[in-house]
Amino acid sequence: MKVKLRNPNKIMKLSRLGSFHQSKLSFLRSFLNEFKEWEYKRDLFNLNENGFGEAVYSFRKNTRVYSLVCFANEIKDEERSDRVIATKWDAAFTLYDGVPAKKDIERLKNEVPKQEVGRLSYKELTLSRANKSVRIYNHVVESLSNGKQPDLNLLSKVGYLYRTTAVYGSGKFGLADRFRIKNREEINGPFRLEMMLVYLVRQFTFDQVNHVAYYKNPKEAVKLDDNICKNLGIGNSTGLGMAPFIVNHPTLLNNWILSRERALKKIREIKNVKNQDSDLFIDCVKKSLRNITSWNTDSEYQKKKISSLLKNVEKFLNFIDKDFNFEVEYPFDKIYLWLEEKTCEECVEYIVSIMMEPYNDIVNPLVKEMSSDEEKYFNIPTHRKVEELRNIIEAKYPNILDINFEEKENNQNFWFISKNKEEPRLADRFEEHGSELEQPLAIARDIKKLYDKLLVSKNSLTIAEFLISNSDLRHVVRRAFIVEKFPYSEIQDNTIGKDLMPIDMLRLKLSFFGALKFDPRSDKWLRICMFQGAPLPKELKSYDEQWVYKTNI
Amino acid sequence: MKSLSEIETTVKRSSKAAGYSWGVSEETGKSIRLLELFGLPGIKHLNEYFNEKNKSKFENLNLISENNSSSNNPYCPITLGVSFLDQINILENFKKIEFKNVAYPVIFISFISRSSEIIGKKIYVNMDQKKLLLNLNVNICTNFIDQAFPKIANTIEVNLLENKDNFTEDEWNNLYKISEGTFVEESDSLKEGAAGAGLTDND
Repeated sequence: MKVKLRNPNKIMKLSRLGSFHQSKLSFLRSFLNEFKEWEYKRDLFNLNENGFGEAVYSFRKNTRVYSLVCFANEIKDEERSDRVIATKWDAAFTLYDGVPAKKDIERLKNEVPKQEVGRLSYKELTLSRANKSVRIYNHVVESLSNGKQPDLNLLSKVGYLYRTTAVYGSGKFGLADRFRIKNREEINGPFRLEMMLVYLVRQFTFDQVNHVAYYKNPKEAVKLDDNICKNLGIGNSTGLGMAPFIVNHPTLLNNWILSRERALKKIREIKNVKNQDSDLFIDCVKKSLRNITSWNTDSEYQKKKISSLLKNVEKFLNFIDKDFNFEVEYPFDKIYLWLEEKTCEECVEYIVSIMMEPYNDIVNPLVKEMSSDEEKYFNIPTHRKVEELRNIIEAKYPNILDINFEEKENNQNFWFISKNKEEPRLADRFEEHGSELEQPLAIARDIKKLYDKLLVSKNSLTIAEFLISNSDLRHVVRRAFIVEKFPYSEIQDNTIGKDLMPIDMLRLKLSFFGALKFDPRSDKWLRICMFQGAPLPKELKSYDEQWVYKTNI
Repeated sequence: MKSLSEIETTVKRSSKAAGYSWGVSEETGKSIRLLELFGLPGIKHLNEYFNEKNKSKFENLNLISENNSSSNNPYCPITLGVSFLDQINILENFKKIEFKNVAYPVIFISFISRSSEIIGKKIYVNMDQKKLLLNLNVNICTNFIDQAFPKIANTIEVNLLENKDNFTEDEWNNLYKISEGTFVEESDSLKEGAAGAGLTDND
């Protein structure tokens, strides 16, 4: 039986993309898989009794070394902010390409804590900063220094000691451009070095808290239990900065989604499922319930989604227990069709993610397909004809063409870059100034404009001729030719409408990172947790691949 | 040092702010990034061009022919470059294309370099006796690397080169003969056994 790939016009809607969950394809899981054989080491740990100073951690294989350089700083409570406008952080980090010499660390000490206003070099690959979750951090220090392990109930409410507020790579602030390192086999997957930074930062947070607790009370202090460490991750606060990324990297977005869709298609095409595979799948779904029930948020929007997800996953488990037999042919196809009919979008995508768990043979080759050589698809095929372009738009953007952008609510918002922080922002075009400087992120509206122009242009005109008098539409002409080859490269929705939930765009990207426990703080930013439940560096050589479903705090 | 990613983003934004469309600004970002990668003064000349654009007039050439001469003001290198890029499949039919009076020609050169990759042919450019060879957008060879690029090119002659060898047949044959020094002369037994098919491979 051949199953068709799912229709992009359904999957690329924002409500569906905003329902995606982590899976085996997620970057933090594929990072662990790639680096599990590498030698991990703490090379330097030069902190004072209060935990301030420098540390270096590394992964090494043969002659290749990646080193995380950490700078822990003393800041006042009132200086601590998760917003991108902050200028000081509890700790700042960079991933150095190789082994940093003393003079490198001195140079980095002057630049890394400054973050966006510092300058990095081609020897640095990623850059980040993090703030303590003060309540949790202080409690853990206090407990450990008194010879006790911390209160697990309190830890479970947050899930981490530190949260990062940005992770930069790919040439930002002077960091190495992607092209310098893109041929390295070990980083043949998106955001792999960003994931490495976050993973090593997590270990730094444990080492720092143990160090501070020890110096507070050397006679009584105990170390944070490994099992507790394992169940703590790294938090992250994320805002609108992520949203334009998925619009500005269409072929990359396509490759992420296409990998997921191919995995699902192949799993649905399995005629007979082995008992061990169905058992693993069901076990993961059951154990994952804890991830849902321990998912804390104050957001009413998210609470509703979580409650509906929980109800639907329980309904699904009930169906599997009572009404389903894995011995039927193509069981995962039947499950998928049942899910689409009987459950919510969030539940469908949640279970789709878990379907991948038993199938390394399907998923692992797809992980290697998730990068993109974007330059290859940049040039517009200007020898092609207007008629062809119109046909592409009719075939690839059918729902977009139905939107009436003359209606105020469909044209309500505009994306812009703030002068203060050079970060993307979203505002109401009818209430705020600045819409004349709108960023080219209203793809649906501009595709519709392009289509209207094509309708009154001669079929035989070449695109080169069309562009002579339609330069303002050039950016969407390029995109339409990209979507022709890359069906999942475009969000099939209105990104400037009144009802836009920007966090749907953020969640899409974060799910591919492998984030858990999305906690929206508004419709424009959210907190998440990464690597919660993941093996510690010393356990990497042999770990439970389904760790993500087995957190126990 | 600025990364190429920073260069591309800033050029794209500044081009938009200078009055070009987003699509053209994306093209400009790619082109200036390329010049800087090749060690040519893209940022410097783009800056000067944008400053001058506020004070002087430049002509837009949208439809390129074999001979192109601006009436009064120099050609805008960005519009000219984008037109060249867009029309390269047609321009390929000409052997030589001439442009008179082009502002900040190094910017235009970057678009010609990208066009070289699209048609898969090297392009030779003679710019007021200064020579450049654009090699499929992999590199740019020039005989005036240490001299400043002019702000105006009086005449730019663009020659689309046919794909052919840079060496003579004799030079190739001689080298091939030397390479044969790595081959093994086959004895009868090698002929029979070494390829696995015996002396005949006919059915």
